[in-house]
Parts: sequence; structure tokens; C-alpha cells
Amino acid sequence: MVKKLKIILYVSIAATCILGFLFPNQHPHFWWQKIPVFDAVFGFVGCVVIILVSKWIGHAWLMKKEDYYD
Amino acid sequence: MINIPPAFIYIIGALLIPLIRVRILKQALVLLIPAIAFWNLINMPHGTYWTYQFLDYELILGRVDKLSMVFAYVFVIMSFIGMVYAIHIKEYGQHVAALLYVGCTLGVVFAGDMFTLFVFWEIMAISSVFLVFYRKTKRSLEAGFRYILVHLFGGCVLLCGIVIHAVTTGSLAFELFDFGTLAAKFILVGFLLNAAVPPLHAWLADAYPEATITGAVFMTAFTTKSAVYVLLRGFPGVELLVWMGAIMALYGVVYAVLENDIRRLLAYHIVSQVGYMICGIGLGSEMAINGAAAHAFCHILYKSVLFMGMGAVIYVTGRSKMTDLQGRSLYKKMPITLALYMVGAFSISAVPLFNGFVSKTMIVAAAGALHRPSIELMLHLASIGTFLHTGLKLPWGVWFGTNKGTEDVIEEAKEPPFNMLLAMGIAAGLCTLTGVYPKILYDILPYPVDFHPYAISTVVAMMQMLVLTLAAFWIYIDKLGGEATVSLDTDWPYRMFGRATLWFCNRPLNALRSMGQDLLSKDVVSVGKISKHPYVFLEMLWNSIQGKRVSYQELINKPYNENAYRFPIGFSACAAIIFLFLYGLIYMGVR
Repeated sequence: MVKKLKIILYVSIAATCILGFLFPNQHPHFWWQKIPVFDAVFGFVGCVVIILVSKWIGHAWLMKKEDYYD
Repeated sequence: MINIPPAFIYIIGALLIPLIRVRILKQALVLLIPAIAFWNLINMPHGTYWTYQFLDYELILGRVDKLSMVFAYVFVIMSFIGMVYAIHIKEYGQHVAALLYVGCTLGVVFAGDMFTLFVFWEIMAISSVFLVFYRKTKRSLEAGFRYILVHLFGGCVLLCGIVIHAVTTGSLAFELFDFGTLAAKFILVGFLLNAAVPPLHAWLADAYPEATITGAVFMTAFTTKSAVYVLLRGFPGVELLVWMGAIMALYGVVYAVLENDIRRLLAYHIVSQVGYMICGIGLGSEMAINGAAAHAFCHILYKSVLFMGMGAVIYVTGRSKMTDLQGRSLYKKMPITLALYMVGAFSISAVPLFNGFVSKTMIVAAAGALHRPSIELMLHLASIGTFLHTGLKLPWGVWFGTNKGTEDVIEEAKEPPFNMLLAMGIAAGLCTLTGVYPKILYDILPYPVDFHPYAISTVVAMMQMLVLTLAAFWIYIDKLGGEATVSLDTDWPYRMFGRATLWFCNRPLNALRSMGQDLLSKDVVSVGKISKHPYVFLEMLWNSIQGKRVSYQELINKPYNENAYRFPIGFSACAAIIFLFLYGLIYMGVR
């Protein structure tokens, strides 16, 4: 089951990236909108950054025991 | 059209509910009220209605234009969905509170002057707090009090602004404000508090998860979105709001990573999503304004699906923490709820064919058209976070997940009652409908829409982003389970203020009191003794003149005998004659 899902994921990554090359943005406002796989890279890097940075802030500062306010 | 303001349809309805004794009629009434209001809205042409003269000012209860109608439509639709979801509730007080709340929100939307707006604004806060109180737990009671205190503070700031505005301009009209004035700044703070803009947002994540299961569904829709409406009306194009909105969109995302309570996680995503709207308001172009209004419309629908889904989970399991739910294979027992929740999750994540896509992309495109690269990227980043949490982490943690603790199966879990599923179904259906056929939404927006969300490159870019977010989620899946913690937020100062006051009274103030007590308590005893025997000092003096040695202790312990100190009557008579003589002398001398 997990293996099947992994294959689906890989196929969809490949498919969306290829489609990115086939249909470039017709009206780019910024230079990165001209890169066909920019959103894929941004999605991956952004997600990793969100997870790591938030967890780091949380563990270093914001997260407290559940009875903190009691 | 019925010739009363839409707000009063709800308010009168709310007042009728306690008078009806038959339960089925009550249920019919709470569904009939939104239906009447909706029919009324459809038949209400644009214009200004119900104006009254009050002192020197003009009160307007019905300013009907495109902007107010977008919000009125979605509020009325939402009130119907919320009522279907809550119809099984036997405590009709909750219905009364909810209807008053919705009515006052409509009052705010149609208010043409600041006085009317303020009155409805305050009743909105007061009626909504009962949706928190009705949970009847200690936590909800405390959270409710914090909620109402914060909102009353916001109301006071707003009132300050309104009074200054009325005095300086001589008008109460609710139009575009001049941001440079002092009055506008006060009013803006009042509005921003209700829109839950950090650092004034903590009431939302504090109170919503403590509200009743059905009450929270109402709360997610009305308070913040009515604030978005008034900001759209009063402060479009204020540069400050652009940055506040973009930061807010990311702020909610960060907290959502840390959150363990399932509805609090969603509450932080309200903050994040309202950030898009605030940003759109700040950008101020026609496209951005349209985007903000459209996003508010869509947000109300999909957020209600999400809150209803999580509410259903809490309803059947009695658990609201991810750490208590993950790894219990709940998906086997409530697949319909899961499917409907996922429609909401795909909508908020802006998956193409769902309604978040047709509104969120509009705001982001408006940022692009105005050439704001950093804003565009920040909004994109927040969008990734949204999919990560509401689309992946939360359903994974609640319905699937790996069980790290004991093998405990939630036996009582099943699908929620039919009315709850129906309400979710209606909302999910509307999310999909507006996503597939956005024209029905675009036609009611304030400005003409020249935007095509389904350009193939936009769809492909969005899909790339979502698929790769999924890939990153997969890699970090073990890191993303719930952790049994609470997160510090900007409610820390006022939650700690009470504790600090208590500490101050207990320690320093109490020490001062006991020091004073120690010092004075001995003297109090001797003063008491002396007052029993007032002549003791004179007696000691007399004794020492005579050369007698009698100790103070001996004298003071001797019972007081008044006859021992009594003078003969002749002494008093003599003294009276002497004083009369002296008086006579002085009187004569003065003359």
C-alpha cells in the first residue's frame, strides 16, 4: 500500500514538473515565474523550512507543559 | 421584501424561541429564520433604507450595496448551515445566542453610520460569548471571560475613535476613513482586534476551541469576517495592512505546527486565512478588494466544514487532542466525516476545483499585478503551510497516524448524527460548486471581475506546489505528530497579570500587613487596659509627688472604682462660678 502511494507520488511529481515545462506562465510578473519548476522547488523547500523553523521556535521557547496556565 | 432590517429578522426570531413550547416548532423556526432572511436579501434592491434622525445625526440601518450584499449572502447561508448542524441541541439558549449573534453581524454589515455599527458590534461580542459559556466547563468559563474582556476593551477603543471622529468631523457616517487622523487610528485598532490581527489575536485561539461543538461553527464565521467587511469599507489601500496581513498569514502557520488541540489548530488557520484578506484590503486595487471579499466568502464555507468535521470527532469520541486520537484508525469508523472534511481541507489548501483556489489565487495575483514580490512569496509560503496542516497533518493525526502509546481503540466512535453530516454536506457542496463554477461568486463581488483562475499555468504551478508539499510532509511525517503541550501566545501578559496580582497580594502586601500587625498588636493591648482605667497615669504622678512607690502593673490590674475619683459637688459649683466671673470680665473688656 505504502509502496503504491509512493509510486503515485513520484509519478505526480514528474507529471506536474513536465507540465510546467509544457505550459509556461504567459504573463510573468517576476523572474521566478519564468522558471517552469519554481513552484515545485518552492513548495518543497518552503514546507521543510516551515516544519523545521516552527518546531525549533516551539521547542526553544513557545511550547510549555499542558498545565502551564493552571 | 419585508420592510424590516435583516438584523431584526434574526433578533425577533431569537426572542420568539423561548415562547414556543413544542420542540419541533422550535427546530422549524430556527431553520425558517435564515430562509426568510435569504429570501428577503434576494428581493432587496441596492439603496439606503431605514434612516432615522437621532439627535443631530442620521442613523442608517440599511446601506445595501454590492460590498454589503456579498457578506450578507454568505452570513445568511452560513447561519442556515450552522443551524442545521446544531438542530439536535435541546438547550434552546444556544439557539437564542446564535441567532442574536448572526442578527447583530448583519446589523454591522448593513450599518451606514458608526453609532449603529457600534451598538451591533457590542451585542455581537456579548451574544457570542454565551456560545463559549454553554460548554459549561471550567476552562470554557475562564476562556469566555477572557474573550469578553478583550472584546469589551476593543469596543472601548472603537468608541474612543468614533467619539473623536464625530467631534472633529461632525459626522457619524461610516465611509472611507482618512488614515492620517487620530480617530481613524483608534477605529482601526478596534477593527483589527476583531479581525484577530496579531498581537491582538490571542482571544480567537483561546476561546474558539473552548466553545460548544456547534457554537464554534458559528463563531468561526462571523466575528472575524464582519471585521474584514468593516476594514474593506473603511481602510482599503492602507499600506500597513499589507504587511500585517502577510505576517499574520505566516504567524498562524507557525502556531499550527505546534498545536495539539485539533480545533485550536484550525483556529490558528483562521488567523492565517484572515491574513490573506487583510493583505488584500491593504493592497487596495480593485482586484485585491474583490479577492479579499471573495476569500471571505469562500473561507466562511470551507472553515465551517473543517470546524464541523472536527466538532463531529469531538462529539463522538469526547477527545479533542491529537495525542489522544492518532493511531486509533478512526477512518474506519467515520469515513463520511473524513471525506467531507477533506473537501474543506482541499478548499482551504486552494486545490483546483475547490473554492479556496478561485479566491486565494486572486489575492496572490493582485499582489503580483501590483509588483509586490515579497508579499507574493510570503502568501505562497503561507499557502504551503495551510495544505501541510489542515490538508495533511490534521487528517493524518486524527483519522490515521501511528499509535505510539497503548493499544486503545475508541469503541464508541461512529458517524455523527444525520443533521451534522447534512450540514457538512451542504457546506462541502457549496465549496465545490463555487470552486467548479466561480462565476456565481464573481458576479456578486464589489467590482467587475477580469480574472481567470483556471489558466493552465496557474493550475500546474499550484499542483507542483501541493505535490511537493506532500513529499516534504512524507519525509517529516514522524516529526509532525501531536505533542502534548500548550503554546505561549500574546494572551500570556493578561493571563499572567491575574496571577501576578494574586502573588503581589499574597507576598509583599501580606508581609507589610503582618509587620504592621506585629508592631501594633502589643500597643493595642495596653491601650485597651488604659481605657479600662483612665486615671492610672494621673494616679502614678500623684503617687510619685507624694513619694509613694506603687508599680504600674499593680495600679492597672486594680479594678476601677469611679467613686474613688469623684469630687464633691461644691467643687463643681465653685468652678462654674469662677468661669462665669472670667467670662463676665472678658465680655465687659471686649465691649
